[in-house]
Amino acid sequence: MSERTFRIWRGNPQDGGDFVEYTIDVQTGMVVLDCIHEIQKQHAPDLACRWNCKAGKCGSCSMEINGKPALSCMTRMNTFEEGETITVQPLKTFPVIRDLTNDVSWNYQQNKRIRPFAPRPRDPDGEHRMMQEDVDRVQEFRKCIECFLCQDMCHILRDRETQQNFAGPRFMVRLASLDMHPLDTDDRIQEVRDESGSGLCNITRCCTEACPEHINITDNAIIPLKERVVDRFYDPLMWLMRKLKPGNSREKTTVE
Amino acid sequence: MIHLDEIQTIEHDVLVVGAGGAGLRAAIETSNLGLSTGVITKSLLGKAHTVMAEGGMAAALGNVDSRDNWKIHFRDTMRGGKFLNQWEMAAIHAKEAPDRVRELEDWGAVFDRTRTGLINQRNFGGHRYPRLAHVGDRTGLELIRTLQDHGIHQGMHVHMECIGIDLLQDGGKISGMLAYWRETGRFVVFRAPVVIFATGGAGKAWRVTSNSWEYSGDGYGMAARAGAELMDMEFTQFHPTGMVWPPSVRGTLVTEGVRGEGGILTNSKGVRFMFDNIPERFASETADTKEEAQLWLDGDREARRPPELLTRDVVARAIMREVKAGRGSEHGGAYLDISHRDSDFVKRKLPSMYHQFKELAEVDITAQQMEVGPTLHYYMGGIRVDAESQMTNVPGLFAAGECGTGLHGANRLGGNSLSDLIVFGARAGLGAKAYLDKLSGTPAVQQEQVHEQMRSVIDFLNREDGENPYVVVDDLQTTMEQHVGIVRDGTELEEGIEKLQKLKERAAAVKAHATSQYNPGWNTCIDLRNMILSAEATARCALQREESRGAHTRLDFEGEREEGLTFNSVVKLVDGQIEARKEMRPTPPEELAKIANASLEDLEGSRV
Repeated sequence: MSERTFRIWRGNPQDGGDFVEYTIDVQTGMVVLDCIHEIQKQHAPDLACRWNCKAGKCGSCSMEINGKPALSCMTRMNTFEEGETITVQPLKTFPVIRDLTNDVSWNYQQNKRIRPFAPRPRDPDGEHRMMQEDVDRVQEFRKCIECFLCQDMCHILRDRETQQNFAGPRFMVRLASLDMHPLDTDDRIQEVRDESGSGLCNITRCCTEACPEHINITDNAIIPLKERVVDRFYDPLMWLMRKLKPGNSREKTTVE
Repeated sequence: MIHLDEIQTIEHDVLVVGAGGAGLRAAIETSNLGLSTGVITKSLLGKAHTVMAEGGMAAALGNVDSRDNWKIHFRDTMRGGKFLNQWEMAAIHAKEAPDRVRELEDWGAVFDRTRTGLINQRNFGGHRYPRLAHVGDRTGLELIRTLQDHGIHQGMHVHMECIGIDLLQDGGKISGMLAYWRETGRFVVFRAPVVIFATGGAGKAWRVTSNSWEYSGDGYGMAARAGAELMDMEFTQFHPTGMVWPPSVRGTLVTEGVRGEGGILTNSKGVRFMFDNIPERFASETADTKEEAQLWLDGDREARRPPELLTRDVVARAIMREVKAGRGSEHGGAYLDISHRDSDFVKRKLPSMYHQFKELAEVDITAQQMEVGPTLHYYMGGIRVDAESQMTNVPGLFAAGECGTGLHGANRLGGNSLSDLIVFGARAGLGAKAYLDKLSGTPAVQQEQVHEQMRSVIDFLNREDGENPYVVVDDLQTTMEQHVGIVRDGTELEEGIEKLQKLKERAAAVKAHATSQYNPGWNTCIDLRNMILSAEATARCALQREESRGAHTRLDFEGEREEGLTFNSVVKLVDGQIEARKEMRPTPPEELAKIANASLEDLEGSRV
């Protein structure tokens, strides 16, 4: 057990805010979220924060801990130096509601803009058949817990002006999961370029580093999609082939 | 008080409360039936408890073992529930689960595959055959994301971080619900002739639980205050394997999938104690040597299943017994070991368990043992509903998923929860449509009702002084742990009920500081009354049931008794007081009774 000091951002956009210091006793094995709950119990019952599963599965408790976007339920206290003050604040990319909560509704709007899954018909016996090796990659993308840490980390989204033109890493992953889904029949490449702004990503890989589910966002989702866009719109040979065989333009991005 | 016209009002045909698997599935159904549907959820969309479900969803698809069929699933469910399940619900569930699972594939779900490309199925406790459609150990996430991404295009309106206060009624019929927005603390009146509850359980009343802050029994509280009956509330499932170390994660779920993939349980002496805990009823289907258990794991279809895969009530009690006998693990649990399997296999089949132990306990499960112990996980009991339509005894009020009851009886089989959500979520949607088709006129919202309900929650903010709600929650959890735990007895329960009366008084006088804007302190004040009501309903049903059956264990009444099979416990709020009574069980439909009591050979050969 040791005494630890936290600096937590308190306030809201209407009244402004500032960091407030709290000191609590920390027990073996505690994570930052446990400490926030202790602070609520002992010092500040109205301290606003989101959480649910406390096991890294729901992606609710995203915040910035010592300046780094992280899930507070998976950030162990023994990863900090002894005596180090821990600074906790809301995500910087999205508007603050109060204390540690952000308005993340923009992300839900992006999701809704993506056209829904459009499966091919079932086999005559009523089954859908897909091989495990053909769905491995899609399953990697579907591990996403929508914590939006990648969105918080993405410098295109941090800049409010460019934010309007790029759906962000989370939704590139979602588009990739649809595009590489063996059953999906929709052609999403134009959407990837025009609606979601794939060209804006300049592959700094910050999103991949931030992902608590260790999804290889940049290499496995964004780059293959960018390549598909290039093949479709900027490769003269492909362009000619489409002109010659217009009815056969649908091609899936395959998994290597 | 402000006039009704000045309060924000939203109109829907159907208001769904809760956006987990059951709520979203119900909302998809009603949206597709052309009904204006609103969904309110305490958290953000996609964060509900369903995401924590790990192992899979049970459906007799027969993809891995073709001998499986709905009758065997039904029989397993009844036997697991110690024959206290509602017969028709268990049959509907077993029959409809395969179609509901297949339908998820059309909406984008990507289950693990068999070698021939079909949905793969895994073994789980109490299920005769590999039956659980799954995605590694994150099946719940797959379910919720699939329903979410499909649902948002079906026309439903999702109102996030919006919490129900109480139901509104007109002459007994549902006319809507008063709720508030977490973000602003402002009130909102939903005018809706149908409300479908998909509010989950009340596990947060215990200290060691796999449940989050959301699980405060809101549905139980609101339904009971509106005159609905609760049933089987004594049956609270303690999942045998929660984490026990470090203290801050005590209770966090360790999926049954670990045992399904071959994990073994041992005590501090290294003894595989489940071999000494095989109940008579399951003896003929359970391996009694390590050699046979290993053969089963290797895929020998003639071998019987390992005793680690007995039903959850049996395994949880066995672990408790080892701990009490001084043979527990270092921190008071049992050892669960999967390290004898190939390290890559473990990481592929149980990725989130690997991750969870590595990050939270600094244990590498591919090389080291886990420490596990029972954790309050699930309410088998809940709001009493009609098997076909999911409607309660309050006209216009429906319930589906964990907050409803009837499918699981005295004990739920793992994997039957996720399939419960989609089967009865869809059924509730259909039930709502049938009710609306017959309803003449629109039940009205009464201003006085709204005012009274508003006052009851504003008081927490306005009063001069009062106790910290977190302290009362803490004391409630201590009380439930002590008096209504995994092993119960009459005197302890009576004392517990006494203590709950005191807690009720304290809960009525708590104080929330600051304003109503995103204030978890105030939210807790409001949740607390539902939590205590649920806790008391559980304690009273537990006191009434003088036997040990399924998840309900009485030290003073060991073993199942014949009388116990004749009734279900029913709870109703009478003049503000919780009253429990015994409701006689009807004679089972002949056909279903025959299936439940048939031999496996007959069912596999479809002779019954």
